[in-house]
Amino acid sequence: MAFLDRTARGLLMGELLSGMALTFSYLFKRKATINYPYEKGPISPRFKGEHALRRYPNGEERCIACKLCEAICPAQAITIEAEPRDDGSRRTTRYDIDMTKCIYCGLCEEACPVDAIVEGPNFEFATETREELLYDKKKLLENGDRWEPELARRLEMDAPYR
Amino acid sequence: MAKVTVDGIDVEVPNGSNVLQACEAAGVEIPRFCYHDRLSVAGNCRMCLVEIEKTPPKPFASCAYPVADGMVVHTDTPMVRAARRGVMEFLLINHPLDCPICDQGGECDLQDQAVGYGTDHSRYAENKRAVKDKDLGPLVKTVMTRCIHCTRCIRFSTEIAGVSELGATARGESMEVGTYVAKALSSELSGNLIDICPVGALTSKPYAFVARPWELKKTDSVDVLDAVGAAIRVDSRGTEVLRVLPRINEDVNEEWLADKSRFSVDGLKRRRLDSCWVRRDGALQRASWPEAFAAIETKLRCVDGRRIGALAGNLSDAESMLALKDLFTALGSANLDCRQDGAHADAGRRDFYTFNTSIAGIEAADALLIVGANPRREAPLLNARIRKRWLQGGFPIALIGADADLTYGFDHIGDGPETIAALLGGRQAFSDVMRVAKQPMLILGQGALARPDGADVLAACWQLAAATGMLSPQWHGFNVLHTAAARVGALDLGFLPGRGGKSLGQMLDGGVDVLWLLGADEFDTAAIGRDTFVVYQGSHGDCGAARADVILPGAAYTEKNGTYVNTEGRVQLGALAVYPPGEAREDWKILRAFSAYVGRTLPYDDIAALRARLERVNPVFARIDILPRFGCADTTGPAGDPGRMRGAAFAPWIDNYYQTDPISRASPTMAECTRVHAPAPAQAAE
Repeated sequence: MAFLDRTARGLLMGELLSGMALTFSYLFKRKATINYPYEKGPISPRFKGEHALRRYPNGEERCIACKLCEAICPAQAITIEAEPRDDGSRRTTRYDIDMTKCIYCGLCEEACPVDAIVEGPNFEFATETREELLYDKKKLLENGDRWEPELARRLEMDAPYR
Repeated sequence: MAKVTVDGIDVEVPNGSNVLQACEAAGVEIPRFCYHDRLSVAGNCRMCLVEIEKTPPKPFASCAYPVADGMVVHTDTPMVRAARRGVMEFLLINHPLDCPICDQGGECDLQDQAVGYGTDHSRYAENKRAVKDKDLGPLVKTVMTRCIHCTRCIRFSTEIAGVSELGATARGESMEVGTYVAKALSSELSGNLIDICPVGALTSKPYAFVARPWELKKTDSVDVLDAVGAAIRVDSRGTEVLRVLPRINEDVNEEWLADKSRFSVDGLKRRRLDSCWVRRDGALQRASWPEAFAAIETKLRCVDGRRIGALAGNLSDAESMLALKDLFTALGSANLDCRQDGAHADAGRRDFYTFNTSIAGIEAADALLIVGANPRREAPLLNARIRKRWLQGGFPIALIGADADLTYGFDHIGDGPETIAALLGGRQAFSDVMRVAKQPMLILGQGALARPDGADVLAACWQLAAATGMLSPQWHGFNVLHTAAARVGALDLGFLPGRGGKSLGQMLDGGVDVLWLLGADEFDTAAIGRDTFVVYQGSHGDCGAARADVILPGAAYTEKNGTYVNTEGRVQLGALAVYPPGEAREDWKILRAFSAYVGRTLPYDDIAALRARLERVNPVFARIDILPRFGCADTTGPAGDPGRMRGAAFAPWIDNYYQTDPISRASPTMAECTRVHAPAPAQAAE
């Protein structure tokens, strides 16, 4: 009996039709894909993307060269040198991140006492050469200036959970 | 001795100790800020609270509470913990939480103890105190808002440094530490304020914001910028020496370090010789090692061995001096000298040229005669030891030589040799003081020896020592105070004119055709004969290098493993902290390579073989860090006739403490100190 049943289903293409039916049903469901790069998926405020050095609203750079990020970086990707600026304040003369070493763990951001170094929402910073991934202070500050509205918003959204 | 029980551990401590010392003896850590074991007890930080049984039920400040026999101390009870937490909260009321920008961060007592003994939060919401920063000169940076009023700096400057320049004004929350009248600290030991400050109120100005302690590689070494040979720790990062800190060596520097030794490090990266130079057509031009060696070899080939000479500098290590001596002996020259200043030294017996009492031995002396020396400028750490002894009382001090501002009371009994003659003849009141004293001592400075009659002054002082009971089988009170770190080592190696050899003066007067300077910059290079071919081997482009025909770049003291002998005759090892810059090499390796180049290969290939050779030349080099104390069994004196001493007064030996060698002359920090502190006449003369 079972033999006849299987043969009949096979001849009538039952499995095929039920599979096609499932595929067809997705035509009426919401789309799972996005049209990248014109569309992008949502990311958490804690997303750990490209680094940036932030400034205060008056334009003064936040980083005070405390070197806690350098100390905590598990990949030893950060290099800082500091000396007193002309006005006597403590500032970096060099702030380098080797993005090829970085493992995007976010510990630098957590160590920073002044919210200067942050990992922003940007994940599209692929480069053609390796050298372009050796970020210096200028590049990081430019990142900060470019992304500041989003960086500030993200910190604000995450603040209740810190 | 008193028996004390600390947290169940029984210890015996001497009567008169305090409870904190008893706790330390038991191995129990007591947090403290104001207490420092080399300073007087102030008892004002209240961090060292402990509980003591059978006393009123309150915590006691252990640093200020004497032990009693049978005392039972608890250091970890709920009351003690609560009390420490309370004290810490009070201390943090006015302390700014600016650790991220504070140079003390990472090596801060307050940070460590706040984590170890404080609470996790503060209940203080009011405004914090703000204090104006004081200007203490070019070495010490102040951020007085961070001060917690432990008064360690005040006690240090008053008690150890001997300059009562720091003090506290006002009281309570308004108390401020500072110089009463704004001025730079005049002490040669001011850098130690940075070390003893438990917070970041006093930090190093040249080192400001440069590095964090966890980034630094620490190398134990020995200081060479004066002849005391203080134990130091060289902190470096990468190829750069960033700072020098003292290490504890009770026999030499206790835990202090003089300012020149501490702050000259920025001279180690300036004016450096990092490649060979050869003079061609009247101008120095860069050259490779083979070119430089060839230039010297060409010159040596047409010069008789007796017409070449070598001069060792004040910062040279014993290894390179021995290699140079061996090389010159092989070349047939006995023209060697280590005394750029022309100071007389009798190398016949070791106790004719060392500081025999030893630095720690000063504390056992009971009378002191200083001849032609200014210990404060020539050896600030030794001066601190004299002051330590003087503070204990019963230590009359007399000075013969230029009047000076030492940090203790003394009688200025004369200016020159006639006073020594008067003391010898018993015509001076101080000779009775020395005769009565049981362990009198005499310090003979280079100012009295670097004279034409230096040998006679040396003999006269020895006779005086013998006549006043300074020389006995149990006690040796005759001391020569050197100012050059290499000098005693050079004398131990016999780096002096050999048989038929010429001294520095004779070499300069056209006695040699080739002169090899091993880091020698402290003599008048203009006096070198016009036709003399000069080879300069050293680390810095100072006056010796300017006169040289060939320059071989050597290593500074932080860049080589070297042996140094301090003024006591203590053999100590310096260590390599960073590699020499550019083409520069360790000095003995240069000499070894050159010896092979001229076909007189020296018989050592590594530092171990060279040190074995050192020991064969003089067995004292086998006795590293140890200095046995000898009495004086043989009172036969050095050669010289006291009757031939001339009348001229002893001249001050060091005009400018801050710049005495190529390293400190290259240091911007020391230049700034010179500008601030150097006496006006010295500046006018320059």
